[in-house]
Amino acid sequence: MIRLEKRPSPSRLWTVATPVLAVALTMIAGGLLFAALGKDPVAAIRTIFWDPLFNEQFAAYSRPQLLVKAGPLILIAIGLSLGFRAGIWNIGAEGQYIIGALSGAGVGLAFYPMEAWFIFPLMVLAGGLGGWAWAMIPAILKTRFRTNEILVSLLLVYVAEQILASMSLGLMRNPEGGGFPGSRNLQQYPSAANTELFAGTGVHWGVVAGFVAVILAYVLLNRHMLGFQIRLAGQSPRAARFAGVNPNALVVFCLGVSGALAGMAGLFEVSGPAGQVSIDFNQGYGFTAIIVAFLGRLHPVGILLAGLLMALTYIGGELAQFMLGVPAAAIQAFQGMLLFFLLGVDVLSNYRVRLGKREVA
Amino acid sequence: MDLSAIDPVVLIASLMVAATPILLAAIGELVVEKSGVLNLGVEGMMITGAICGFAIAVETGSPTFGFLAAMVGGAALSLIFGVLTQVLMSNQVATGLALTLFGLGLSALIGQGYVGLKPPATGQLDLGPLSDIPVLGRILFSHDLVVYVSLALIVGVWAGLKYTRAGLILRAVGENHEAAHALGYKVVRIRLMAIAFGGACAGLGGAYLSLIRVPQWTEGMTAGAGWIALAIVVFASWKPVRVLLGAYLFGGVTVLQLNLQAAGLAVPVEVLSMSPYLITILVLVIMSADRGRAALSAPASLGKSFHASS
Repeated sequence: MIRLEKRPSPSRLWTVATPVLAVALTMIAGGLLFAALGKDPVAAIRTIFWDPLFNEQFAAYSRPQLLVKAGPLILIAIGLSLGFRAGIWNIGAEGQYIIGALSGAGVGLAFYPMEAWFIFPLMVLAGGLGGWAWAMIPAILKTRFRTNEILVSLLLVYVAEQILASMSLGLMRNPEGGGFPGSRNLQQYPSAANTELFAGTGVHWGVVAGFVAVILAYVLLNRHMLGFQIRLAGQSPRAARFAGVNPNALVVFCLGVSGALAGMAGLFEVSGPAGQVSIDFNQGYGFTAIIVAFLGRLHPVGILLAGLLMALTYIGGELAQFMLGVPAAAIQAFQGMLLFFLLGVDVLSNYRVRLGKREVA
Repeated sequence: MDLSAIDPVVLIASLMVAATPILLAAIGELVVEKSGVLNLGVEGMMITGAICGFAIAVETGSPTFGFLAAMVGGAALSLIFGVLTQVLMSNQVATGLALTLFGLGLSALIGQGYVGLKPPATGQLDLGPLSDIPVLGRILFSHDLVVYVSLALIVGVWAGLKYTRAGLILRAVGENHEAAHALGYKVVRIRLMAIAFGGACAGLGGAYLSLIRVPQWTEGMTAGAGWIALAIVVFASWKPVRVLLGAYLFGGVTVLQLNLQAAGLAVPVEVLSMSPYLITILVLVIMSADRGRAALSAPASLGKSFHASS
């Protein structure tokens, strides 16, 4: 019989190895999924993971896209990982992302058609504030009334989507857009556009912000008292209380930071790759970022790598859709499967597998 | 605006229909949480049930097979969660989220060929002269079978938890899994059964959406119903009869806002559409503000992993 024996502390080797193992298992299971859909599994996996980077025909387009897509994912996931480490579950990043985008774009549109250097920084600030404010709703309800932050933050996503619909059909609609829904195109408004900083790399301000967030989160978690408190609160809430950690302050901090980062990610997206506020500009990054945070083991550097990998599945998924006719939903299922495998093989880092006769437990 | 177009009798009858999917999902989740497991994947199981039921009903032409398939689909999906959290001891919150994300993707994948189709109609249950009673007949005796099944489930779960040995064991596992284990109960096995039951209920609720309430298939059609079901379990303080109250309250809000939209109330449509979510949040806040009671009624082992260490 197979028996599991709890390790005194998580295995360092397996902590690093499990994400790799999970990706490998997902490739196998994904291959089976594609085979079931009547596609050549090897070709499908190669199209998703290899061609965007190394196929001469596509790489010129896909490589920059990698950073364009990874930027918001990393930015949001870094914020989420702080809360997840402390046992504070903000799963409404999608809502904070939408509200951040709306606040930031609102500021930009209010200045139209003025040209000034300060408009874009102001938009970024407004985006962060918008996301922060939206995340403060579950934070305050949690600290004041002990309301479950998981449910509140998630339900607020649906509220945010309604606000987005209302804005793109009403207040923010392009007055010169011939009645079509959607705002003015911010890409055509130089002071508000989040442009590519280095031609051909895909690096825009959101990607820069993502990298800065990785570094800051690393410093915070490893070199700062607050980071220690976050880790302590997650590993042992009781010990944290004895050590004088204020749980409410931690909730406000973690939800606030993750909301602000998600809001900024929304702004960078709406003023950059998406270009305008429209009913469906949000690509579900807020939810995918949850997978990114876990795949990166809630560690800043891990999240950086996981964000790039997840961006690759987005781009590869589009490519597979185009080349092989693999449906877009298959990629979504594929990403969900990755999280399953990751959580499943995680048992190896916390438990030792023993083979032997089963005793009466 | 023409409020006289809203007939209270029809309103009550239709709120029962609107509430049934959430009612089914919530009563299933209640059993799961009573066994000490927090499954946040209700939304994913519901939408999987919705498409499984829809697909099978369309293929076989029989809604009954559709509902059965939805229950099997929901239960099968929930067992992924069950194996991961109970056997491999993964984090329940994260695994539940994964289940929702996976379910949304999987359902969209299965549902590709079914967009725009019409499912076979599910007939009303023929209750003869009972349906002809004025007012009461329309409200109580003119629904389809699933509405009555959902009501029977509420009674069944209430009685089962309160009066049967199985219910007592389930609650023991949820309150203190170490003690239940010491008494020789198979904690993991009992929890897996509860999880599968919750999955089947959520699947049935999803199929009710796609086969009767809407009735068609669209991607992401559950639109947060699973999350609202989770909120209703908290609202109900883990008591079956209050789940009924919560679900019907929510159904009432949903139906009323739809009627107000149709009547042309001078409030933006978006505000009306977001009202069910806002009211759910409000109700959650009111329930959790009462410190003592919320803490007392939640199963003590809720969300904790169990590992039988010798």
